[in-house]
Amino acid sequence: MAGFVQLLISGLATGAIYALAAIGFTLLWQTSQTINFAQGEFVMVPAFFVLAAMRFLELGFWPAMLFGLVVTLVLLGAVFKLALVDPMLKHGVLPLVIATIALAIFIKEWVKNHYTGEAQRFPSMVPSGTVSIGGATLSNHDILVLVVAVAAVVALQLFLTRTVTGRCMQATAQNRAVAIVLGISVQRMILLTFLLNAALVFLASVLISPIYLAKFDNGETLGLVAFTAAIVGGFNQVRGAIAGGFIIGLADNLTAAYVSTQYRTAVPLLLLVAIILFRPQGLLGRAEERTV
Amino acid sequence: MSAVLEVEGLGKSFGGIRAVDGVSLRVEEGEIVGVIGPNGSGKSTLFNCILGQLRPSAGTVRIDGRDVTGMRPCDLNRLGVSRTFQLLQVFPQLSVRENLILAGQEHRGTMLSRLVGARDAGLSGAADRMIEFFRLQHVANHPAGELSYGQQKLLDAAMAFMSGPRLALLDEPAGGVNPTMLATLRERLREINRVERATFVVIEHNMDFVMSLCSRIIVLAEGRVIAEGDPAAVRGNPQVIEAYLGH
Amino acid sequence: MTTPLWGRIAAAAALLFLIVTPQGLKPYGLLLLSQWAVFSIAAVGLNLTLGYAGQVSLAQAAFLGVGAYTAALMTTHGWPLWSALLAAGALGFAIGWVLGYPALRVQHHYLAFVTLAFTTLAFLVFRNETWLTGGVYGINRIPRPTLLGWPTARDPLLFYYFCLAMLLLVLAGMWRLTRSPWGRAFIALRENPIRASSLGVDTRAYTLLAFAIGAGLGALAGALYAALVQYIDPSSFTLAESLKFLLMVVVGGSGYFLGPLVGAAISVLLPEWLRFTEGWYLILYAVLVMVLMAWCPSGLLGLLDRLVRRAQRLSHAAPAAPLLGKEPGA
Repeated sequence: MAGFVQLLISGLATGAIYALAAIGFTLLWQTSQTINFAQGEFVMVPAFFVLAAMRFLELGFWPAMLFGLVVTLVLLGAVFKLALVDPMLKHGVLPLVIATIALAIFIKEWVKNHYTGEAQRFPSMVPSGTVSIGGATLSNHDILVLVVAVAAVVALQLFLTRTVTGRCMQATAQNRAVAIVLGISVQRMILLTFLLNAALVFLASVLISPIYLAKFDNGETLGLVAFTAAIVGGFNQVRGAIAGGFIIGLADNLTAAYVSTQYRTAVPLLLLVAIILFRPQGLLGRAEERTV
Repeated sequence: MSAVLEVEGLGKSFGGIRAVDGVSLRVEEGEIVGVIGPNGSGKSTLFNCILGQLRPSAGTVRIDGRDVTGMRPCDLNRLGVSRTFQLLQVFPQLSVRENLILAGQEHRGTMLSRLVGARDAGLSGAADRMIEFFRLQHVANHPAGELSYGQQKLLDAAMAFMSGPRLALLDEPAGGVNPTMLATLRERLREINRVERATFVVIEHNMDFVMSLCSRIIVLAEGRVIAEGDPAAVRGNPQVIEAYLGH
Repeated sequence: MTTPLWGRIAAAAALLFLIVTPQGLKPYGLLLLSQWAVFSIAAVGLNLTLGYAGQVSLAQAAFLGVGAYTAALMTTHGWPLWSALLAAGALGFAIGWVLGYPALRVQHHYLAFVTLAFTTLAFLVFRNETWLTGGVYGINRIPRPTLLGWPTARDPLLFYYFCLAMLLLVLAGMWRLTRSPWGRAFIALRENPIRASSLGVDTRAYTLLAFAIGAGLGALAGALYAALVQYIDPSSFTLAESLKFLLMVVVGGSGYFLGPLVGAAISVLLPEWLRFTEGWYLILYAVLVMVLMAWCPSGLLGLLDRLVRRAQRLSHAAPAAPLLGKEPGA
């Protein structure tokens, strides 16, 4: 029983991180029709910004974190939007998809060649140690992840639904034409979405790297999980991305423990296929009108 | 005796908006029926529901007595229903002849025969006849995108008839066409109706066109049928006049 | 739609080049050229799915793997290569059909995600089912075929010609397809699926067939690939490899008849030319792709097309006929 609770908690913890990546992915799609195939690499690289700051700029952990956050916001948020997405978007969705695939390769190879190909340890934001709750042993980090990720998700939901800016962002995502008519600065909202995604991937990165080590090829699995979580939850709803992330985190952990470790990566995908077949709008999404 | 087209209690809502609200109509073989109404009265939505482009929220559509509600457009087309679109939709890079062959090729043979069979699917003759009928001989080999607007409209209509449909739904066929072309179009439509006993339902804003072409008119306003009858009766109907003026 | 004279001359010249020059190449050079020919076949298949039917498939490397393992298992157990090619092609087509059928019933862009799932699943099977695939150790000592009595095992030039012949066969089939009513249906599908549907074009059936054929070609290429490299393991059939095929098709020019060959050439040969940059080559490749997408999303052949049309317009020549075998409207 204690073992099960442990699995449950760590499943929820990783699920929360997946949810962060999935939310960002969904938001980018909703507001600007951007399918970011580099989302996995976006979650991988901020940890390296921090590590590089600590190594080359000889900053302490927390200043390096701040540095990493700023660099992430600038590069993966503003520069990504202005230099890559904006010029590409007028050509349609597919060129942008290809460009983000190329971007993923770019980021991966850059880290591999200019930093290191080896896995790097990444420090956690809390000191290492364990806590015992009802017979189950949980690492401090797991608790940190749960608390921070859940807090982030809640804060995001509040932002989107309770603040003016947040509601403007939702309006832009749901119906751009009407948003323009209402006087919302659509370009500013889209930029904000990209910055928000950058913040989310930064958070996801610094939460997951202590667990799985920072490595240049982490992006492949992380990206896959982000897409899957977004779709399982229903591609067009943020709430769905959250649910998707948690479901996958749990399914992944429970499968590895009770079924087989060899095929654990297959579970979220089989879930995905089942969802597409039986409920194409995802678990929480809205059904789209048939066009043809 | 079942009608060619029978619509019963058709409704379509988008969220809270009822674009089509309990529309029923019957079209017999060989009729040319016009559907008119002010902007926003639900005419195009009605067409889209009949043709499978949209799934109706309520009601049924029957073709020759067979329930086809919500059937996919390509399946409906193969049952003998074709349409033209309000916004011109020919294939600009293909030649006029190629457009026509495309319009007919899915109605003969199988997928396999289309792969290994003749390049023109045996339709060159039929395409040429259609080109002659709609007087497009001099542009037959030109890319459709190079034709004048009026000529493209004729091509659009021609494409709808390549498959020899039982029922053709024409969405504003006269829109933006000059008077000379219009006369040609009207005359050609009457000819097809006479010779092939093809049944038409026409949405139009051009009152002269509709009144001179159609034997029966249905008037829609706010998603509902408010009048029905021959052109003269409808023209004098006070409710119809109010529906138009009231907007 | 006839190809202009200069196009035909260029194609003949290219063919001559491909037949004559390899005679002076060393075995490594022949290996590269053969790999180009084999990957071109897979890319042609993906071009049908993506460029003609407009569907993103992320599983082409998985189909390559299916074909490779089928051929490897068959030929190492004594079956002749031609039977393995047939089996691989048929299996690829069948799997493509099974995968595509339900996904297309649902919503068009979901095929991308189902192929994503399949790629990962296939990789896991290749890696874990050691009793069948050799797991991470792969399958070794895959024989080269004997063609009408000529053993190609010690004759890489002959095997190259065999791969080239297969490529030409595939291109001939593809040419026939694009010139048939199917070709017309694909143009309609791509340019205006709503209008196409209203004319009776069964968009789902055509898309499914394009995907299944593309999958079959991927598997066919895989069988050839196994005979070419003579040792296969799961690492060649990952998602990253599938993405490479996608890049090949788009960089070459999606929807252009010869686009996949250009893209495959870039993908196979560029690393060799950029070898001197030592590890930068992938970064350079990525940057080039991003720049190309921003500037000319219709790929390299699209760029060529654009330049030729501009030249024609400047010299007041006849209206530009569809060049380079491109089915217009993408």
